[in-house]
Parts: sequence; structure tokens; C-alpha cells
Amino acid sequence: MEFVTQIGESTLNSLGYLGSLVSLGGRAAYYTVAGPLQGKPVLLKRAISQAMECGVRALPILSLITFFIGLILALQAAYELRRFGAMSAVATAVAISMSRELGPLVTAIVVIGRSGSAFAAEIGTMKVSEEIDALETMAISPIRFLVAPKFLAMMLMLPCLTIWANTMGILGGALFGVAKADFTFARYIRASIDSLFLHDITTGLLKSVMFGITIAAVGCLEGLSTGAGAEQVGRSTTRAVVMSIFLVIVVDLFFTALFFFAGNQ
Amino acid sequence: MSTTPSFESPQSEPAISVHDLRVSYGEREVLHGINFDVLPGETLVILGGSGSGKSTLLRTLVGLEKPSAGEILIKGQDLAKASSSQLDEIRKKIGMSFQGGALFGSMTVGENVALPLREHTHLEESTIEIIVRLKLEQVGLEGFEYYMPSQLSGGMKKRAALARALAMDPEIMFFDEPSAGLDPIIAAGIDELILHLKRAFRITIIVVTHELASAFLIADRMLLIDRGNVLALGTPQEMRSSTQPRVRQFLDRVPEPEIAGELDYLQMLTAERPSSKRTAEERG
Repeated sequence: MEFVTQIGESTLNSLGYLGSLVSLGGRAAYYTVAGPLQGKPVLLKRAISQAMECGVRALPILSLITFFIGLILALQAAYELRRFGAMSAVATAVAISMSRELGPLVTAIVVIGRSGSAFAAEIGTMKVSEEIDALETMAISPIRFLVAPKFLAMMLMLPCLTIWANTMGILGGALFGVAKADFTFARYIRASIDSLFLHDITTGLLKSVMFGITIAAVGCLEGLSTGAGAEQVGRSTTRAVVMSIFLVIVVDLFFTALFFFAGNQ
Repeated sequence: MSTTPSFESPQSEPAISVHDLRVSYGEREVLHGINFDVLPGETLVILGGSGSGKSTLLRTLVGLEKPSAGEILIKGQDLAKASSSQLDEIRKKIGMSFQGGALFGSMTVGENVALPLREHTHLEESTIEIIVRLKLEQVGLEGFEYYMPSQLSGGMKKRAALARALAMDPEIMFFDEPSAGLDPIIAAGIDELILHLKRAFRITIIVVTHELASAFLIADRMLLIDRGNVLALGTPQEMRSSTQPRVRQFLDRVPEPEIAGELDYLQMLTAERPSSKRTAEERG
């Protein structure tokens, strides 16, 4: 019986957590969309500086990681394709797996490490030092002031970063293609582009938007629910990273399955 | 320095009126029915030991905690029943100075002070700059606009936070432990500032503190909170001449009997204490 009770309790807890995430997302969306109509425009300046921080500054490390991922994919694909003498299919394999799956996913994970954790730490520190309370007593909504700009920045930057990641992955694959699979650079790129349908890219980008929303929601929620004391900030940050990675994978599975069954793609 | 209120007129509507205020954290009730009024221009000091519920009372008065029962009328509007937009309107009339300052670390001191003006008014940027300079001058921080909060000392942070709280010219100011963590000289400076606000601007001021010296200096009236109940409410003179044992214990800084000795401790455990009995009755 106790076991059943425990399952029930943890199910309720998980649903409660999801509920808080959705509610936070909803309020952030409200301030982004409906706020300006009531003369409370979203803080564009703050959103742009967030976008710089979580988007542009992520480029060097993201480029390096996705270049290597592309190279690894090419090596792994070649391991099997070599047996069939189909080395020319390496370009296709890399291009499709990058843009449909690994581009968005690896981007999300890099962004979780850089920005999801930073959101939780920033908001958590502000919570601990009563800055969130100070915002509220000044009649400034912390959701509008802190959370909405982060949502906006993440929703816009993740697809952009994903496109960049796809490109870098294909370039990584090209390194192997040119060195070991008798491609010229131009032919490798041509083969990659030819193998991609538009929906391969758009489904990846749609997923990356959902990842951005998930990461912003978890990072901000963990920050806002930080308890009293500095060590709680560390806990929130860790929880934000772990929960974001988990939820990004869940969202990924959901949308991949949805695209699969909806379009048989 | 005289601490007698010279402004009291019986017909003036209280700036803050608290009726039977109860606040709970989950199952645990921390305030058990608080009643008091604050008149416009009056300085009320809320005193109490650690865990007495005085900080909770202050947080509830500015709408950071929701009361479980009772009402808080600020300028006649009930804080507990206000919608979020009404609450915002009330909050634009109040200022709050937090214990650690709560300045935004990512902004300069000037930006901190300018924030409520930028958010709530349509003033020109040049006007805002002038107001910021004036407010900083008022708290003795002229020329510190471009400093980051991390470059300021504890006392300066509090002053900067006070300048931010004053930016919107509030009618009511709340102070949470204004002199906590400051050396006596700096703390006296903060007391001076509070007295200045009271005299020059007739702002209604509520201060939560456990610093007795500072409390007697700035208060028109004092409210002593003990274990979630109002223990005493009166002018500093009335408090000084009070014969209530708990009031005396607090004002004379007598330690809790726990530390007195083993035998006393045993007696305390077995004997009924009036205050705990009262709480038990109240909870039913």
C-alpha cells in the first residue's frame, strides 16, 4: 500500500511541477504579448542583452562542440557504410541526423549548461538577497522584469543557434568526407544540401523553440523557488540543469513521435 | 530631542489600519490577531525578539505575505482583498527599505534609484537624472550614481536603497532592521535620516527593529510583538513606565529563564507559563 501511496504522491508532485512550469510560461507569455497592449511593454533592452548573453556568447563553444559532433557522426556512419561501399552516403547521414536531431539537442544542452544554470543562479541570488521582494514592493512584476525577457531571448536564440549548429556539424562531417571519403568540399556540401528536405530543418527548428521555452521555464522557476540561504542557490542551479536536460529529452521524444505519426516523415 | 507626537488630531483617518490580522505559514500560525492603527505622519516602531513575528508583520503590511484572516487598510484600501493592479497602485505610494538593501547588483546605484521612475512615470530622461541626483543627495550619497552596489559599504548600500525607496515620493515608508549589521556611528546616521524624513516630509514611517536605543530615539509610538501577539502599544514614555513583566523583560534585556539554571529550567517545564497557555487557548 505504501508503495502505491508513494507512486501517487510523486505523480502528484510531478504534475504540480509541470503545472508551475506552464503557469510561469503563461504569465511570461502574457507580459510579452498582452502587456504592451496595457502600456506595459516588454523590456526589449533587457531581452536583447539576454539574447547576447545566451545566444551570441555561446557561439564559440557551440561551434567547437557541434563541429566535433559532426566529425564523430561521420566516423560512426562510415564505420558501417564502409562495409557496403557506400561511403558517399556519409554526407546524407550527417546532414539528416544533425538537422533533425543532434543539432537542436546538442544546442539545447550547451545552452542549459551556460544559460539555464545562470538563470537559476541569477534569480536565486536575487531571491535570497530580497531583490525579488524589492521588485514587488516597487510594483514591478518580477515576471515581466526578469522572466519574460529570458523567455523571449531563449525562444529567438535557440533556433538561430540550432541553424549555426547544423552548419558546423555538416562542416565537421565535411572534414572527414574530404580527408577519407573522396569528396571535394564543394561536392560534400552539395550532397548534404541535396539530402535535406525542408521539413528536416523545420521540425528541428520547431523542436529547438520548444527546448528554449523549456529551458527558460525550468531555469526561472528553480530560481524563483529558491529557499532562504546562499547554499539554496547552488541547489536550485543543480536542479535547473538536471530538470532541464530531462525535460528537453521528454519534449524531444514527444515532438519526434508527433512528427513521425502525424506526417510519417 | 522630543518624541511626543505634535500632529495628532483625533479626526484624521489612519494611514494604516490593521484589524485582527492573522498570518500562517502552512499549518503554523505566526501572527494571532494583530490590531493597531498608524496615523498620518506618525513613526511607529515595531519591536520584538527574534521569531516574534515582527518581520512577518512587516512583510504582510507591504503585501509580500498573504494574511489568512483580517484586514490591512492602507489609505482606506484593503491590501488583503486588492486585485493585483490595485495592489500595484497601493505599492506606488509606499517605499520599503530592506535589511540588506536589496539593491540590484547588475545595475549602478543611479540606475537602481531611477528604476521605479522609469517603470512608473513618463518623465524625460534628463528629469529622471535630476531626481536621482536629488534623492542621492538627500541620503548623503551625491556623486555615487555610477558606482556598482558591490563597491559600496553596508551603510552606503542602505542609504542607496533608501534613496531608491524614496524615488517615487512615498507617503508611507517601511524599514526592515535599518541599523542591523552597521557600526553605532553609521547606525546613528541612519536614525538621523529617518528623523529627517519624518520632520521634513511628514512621511508615515513604520520601522521594525530590535535596537532599543534607536527605537526610543525615532518612535512616536511603539508596538511590542511577542510570539505573534501584540504585547504592548504606546508612546516611548508609556513603554518605559510599563509594569507588564514581558515588556520589562524585553526593555531591560533580561535573558530568557532557560539560561538561568537547571532548577529554574525544570520549574519552567513543569509550571504553566501564562503566555503559552494563552496561545493554546487562542488556537482552540
